[in-house]
Amino acid sequence: MERPATLARMAALPPPLTDWFSARGWSLHPHQIAMLETSDAASTLLIAPTGGGKTLSGFLPSLSEISQNPKSGLHTLYISPLKALTADIRRNLRAPIEGAGLPIRVEDRTGDTSYTQRRRQRADPPHILLTTPESLALLLSYEDAPRIFSGLARVIVDEIHALAESKRGDQLMLLLSRLQSLAPGLRRVGLSATVEDPPALGRFLGQDTQIMIADPGPEPDITVLETAAPPPWAGGGGRYAIPEILNEIKAHKTTLVFHNTRAQAELFFHDLWLQNDEGLPIGIHHGSLAREQRERVEAAMAEGRLRAVVCTGSLDLGIDWGDVDLVVQVGAPKNVKRLVQRIGRANHRYNAPSKALLVPANRFEVVECKAALDAVKAHDLDGEPRGPGPRDVLCQHILLTACAGPFDASALFEEVRRAGPYQGLSRAAFDETLDFVATGGYALRAYDKWQRLKETEGLWQLRDPRAAAVIRQNLGTIIDTETLKVRLKGRFGGTPLGEVEEAFAATLTPGDTFLIGGQVVRYEGLNELTVEVTRQPGRDPKVAVFNGTKFATSTLLAQRILQIFQADRWPDLPAHTAEWLMLQRQVSRLPDAESLLLESFPHDGREHLVIYGFAGRNAQQTLGLLITKTMEDAGLAPLGFVATDYATLIWGLDPVTDPAPLFDLANLRHSLETWLAGNALMKRTFRASAIIAGLIERSHQGRRKTGRQATFSSDILYDTLRKYDPDHLLMKITREEAMRGLIDFSRVEAMLARTAGRIELRRLPRLSPLSAPLFLEPGRIPVHGQGRERMAEDAARQLMAAAGLA
Amino acid sequence: MHALSFHGQMLQLLPSGALFLPERALLCVSDLHLGKSERLARRGGSLLPPYETRETLARLDAEIDRTGAATVICLGDSFDDKASLDGLAEDDRLWLVRLMAGRQWIWVEGNHDAGPLDIAGTHRAEVQIGSLTFRHQAEPGAQAEISGHFHPKVRLAGKAWRAFLMDQARLILPAFGAYTGGLWAEDPVLSGLMGKDAVAVLCGPGLHRIPMPRAATTASTFAR
Repeated sequence: MERPATLARMAALPPPLTDWFSARGWSLHPHQIAMLETSDAASTLLIAPTGGGKTLSGFLPSLSEISQNPKSGLHTLYISPLKALTADIRRNLRAPIEGAGLPIRVEDRTGDTSYTQRRRQRADPPHILLTTPESLALLLSYEDAPRIFSGLARVIVDEIHALAESKRGDQLMLLLSRLQSLAPGLRRVGLSATVEDPPALGRFLGQDTQIMIADPGPEPDITVLETAAPPPWAGGGGRYAIPEILNEIKAHKTTLVFHNTRAQAELFFHDLWLQNDEGLPIGIHHGSLAREQRERVEAAMAEGRLRAVVCTGSLDLGIDWGDVDLVVQVGAPKNVKRLVQRIGRANHRYNAPSKALLVPANRFEVVECKAALDAVKAHDLDGEPRGPGPRDVLCQHILLTACAGPFDASALFEEVRRAGPYQGLSRAAFDETLDFVATGGYALRAYDKWQRLKETEGLWQLRDPRAAAVIRQNLGTIIDTETLKVRLKGRFGGTPLGEVEEAFAATLTPGDTFLIGGQVVRYEGLNELTVEVTRQPGRDPKVAVFNGTKFATSTLLAQRILQIFQADRWPDLPAHTAEWLMLQRQVSRLPDAESLLLESFPHDGREHLVIYGFAGRNAQQTLGLLITKTMEDAGLAPLGFVATDYATLIWGLDPVTDPAPLFDLANLRHSLETWLAGNALMKRTFRASAIIAGLIERSHQGRRKTGRQATFSSDILYDTLRKYDPDHLLMKITREEAMRGLIDFSRVEAMLARTAGRIELRRLPRLSPLSAPLFLEPGRIPVHGQGRERMAEDAARQLMAAAGLA
Repeated sequence: MHALSFHGQMLQLLPSGALFLPERALLCVSDLHLGKSERLARRGGSLLPPYETRETLARLDAEIDRTGAATVICLGDSFDDKASLDGLAEDDRLWLVRLMAGRQWIWVEGNHDAGPLDIAGTHRAEVQIGSLTFRHQAEPGAQAEISGHFHPKVRLAGKAWRAFLMDQARLILPAFGAYTGGLWAEDPVLSGLMGKDAVAVLCGPGLHRIPMPRAATTASTFAR
């Protein structure tokens, strides 16, 4: 499409739209005007707070251009990470378009769109199409993609900060590169919440991106909740603060109560209801609940029928809830950026301060909340730099490209390199990836006859065009964990309650009780692929573990905590916490950033070693695994360990007296390699990459049911490759992924670099105040139920007394 | 090794999923699915690591070596389909021939490799050895029957295990091939086939023996 050179000067909105705005007394925000004025820029990143009319700013130039030149065909593509958001936006756009009588057609296209509708959209696309990265991938895999997109003028990527955090973002940028080849004049717009490094996000979006930062509005009103009872010494959930949180809910119109994990949200919600004497309407929302359940809560919320929702990250994005006037964050936020984005959920009106309360779940988190608060005030956001685009996503992109038609390898390589995340990709790495897609890339060249892609006359194409259907079914980079649906047993198939991980279901025996959707249910049995449960009112749940994604405290927060430790006194901290830190200083010392503090002491007939690495939960866990392995080799008889964001506690039969060899980096790296190879985490990572790369197909519920002997576990493939082809591309990808993901070895390395061999071992006669909470830290399974809660309380009192804290 | 007497024969269930009859020096393995990755590739599917045939042959080689078997019965679905035999890499084919040399080798046909196969050895629909009948797929009502076909597996301690299933009348072997999935023992097909007293013996060094898991108690039992 031809782009009018005078566009910048024609930025004014079509008169009917201007009239419609003024009739409602609306005026444009400065950044909305700026977006109109610079709408001919090739790439623009707008960073604006929630509620700043961000999405509308993205669309205004499109509304203007289409009204002025209302020819048929696709003009603007809008991409959002959430299906629900596309429907929401369609409704929101309808008001001004219909109100101003603009001749513009807007439609959405997601996995929920009907087959007929989708076919029609390909033949006769609307002016504005609202979609998700996965649906766009599918569209681009069709042979008629060039026709559909040749006239495309603008693409708007909403919530780009969220997309950039996962492989969906890498895939989307590859897709934009493809679109750019089909429509060379295409202009890109990214809409983002506040991020720590806007230029990096700009480079992710496109070359020479202009960055616009909207007025962030007033500073948020954020404080730590004061409670009558002090927070417990360890554990999570913040249940001690329920009375005060209920009071806050009463004092506000609508409150969102965020938790870091689903299990904690469930436990909190259960206890909240036990104390909700006035029967305030309060709901629960998290990703493991059945869609029906979630939709009911969302609808009630939108209609203003709920006073509060207990939720997890599932409410982090998008949908406009309207009248939220308070955000409560239970548990330390772990990450300042996410906290800021969450706080933005309160008060969606522009230029009104957001109000938020932090509720530390334990005494350590009191310090962490203080650190987070300081960081927010200092506008100091955290974030690890984005790694290069992963090659499993590139494999899928090559397959998708082949589905659409024959391609030239060099042209595709150039196109891929124009995508931000793949700027640094070498030709050799690209060729290796293409070889994997085409031939399997095995050391044993077994598939010369049956290549997946064949090169004929310089162009690569599918050997068997029928393979396209299967490739299309497997597009996308979201890998669901294997889950089983949970249903209440009943005559009519039972009410769906949600889902649990298959691995969790495997641990259940009939009679076990667990929490889901705020109810205690009893496990009755497995029927086909459904977990059948009955209601078990009033009983304490025995177990409640879902796929609780445990976020690790960010490096920035860890550093700030260490800084707080260096203060002489702590007048800003509650007395109970300040005294605790002071006592630690007397008995041992407080950890700092320049050295690695270790404590060793006997307790309860066992020897203990505490490593204050402050490297985040995942890295501390990895450290625990590696150090215990080294201790085992050294005959120090370790018996176990537990890790938190700050420290690893190891117990065993013999004391550690010479710690330096334990922390030898080369040694640690060596044990990491051997330990990793057979590890379940690696197998899980392999599975995800193998699905994305198109080596194995997704297991859809239906296929799993009928799959029978035909499908087999990806673990078998992993073991086979490890044995026969350990340097295969997928093994390399798996190692890279695991290192930066759950194993987080990079932070172990960073910690060792930061402390540079300055390891100080303090031998103490008994446990130290700072280590005491570690003894209460539940290992793999959190503390549940009242009985165990009381046991923990008793144990806590004794431990605290032993540390001189009682 | 898990030894037992079954219809007058001494049987040894081996950790690998193979069955050995010491009195006859007879080794029986089921569902090798040789050439599976090649077949998937041929059909335009994904290109799986092409190492399963040598892995399966290595396991079989080890069992023959350890038991000193004079007779080997492959209990059906030895090849993933009839064309798989042609698709075998030359090395793998020679390895197989080497294993067969000097032994009585019986190919029982399965649903994947029914019909004549162009390879040495005896080809049979089923085999009678003493009181025992060896066939690929169990037949309802049969007695003293050894079969394969279902690739049974069970869950224990949060893990999936390939397993032998056994009751008074029959023994079902797990799949021996490297690239083989499985059917949960609680599948109605297996629950219907196996008697009330059925047990599962889990492959692996422990050869744990557990009551055969069955389909969850039917809905009506709980409703009341």
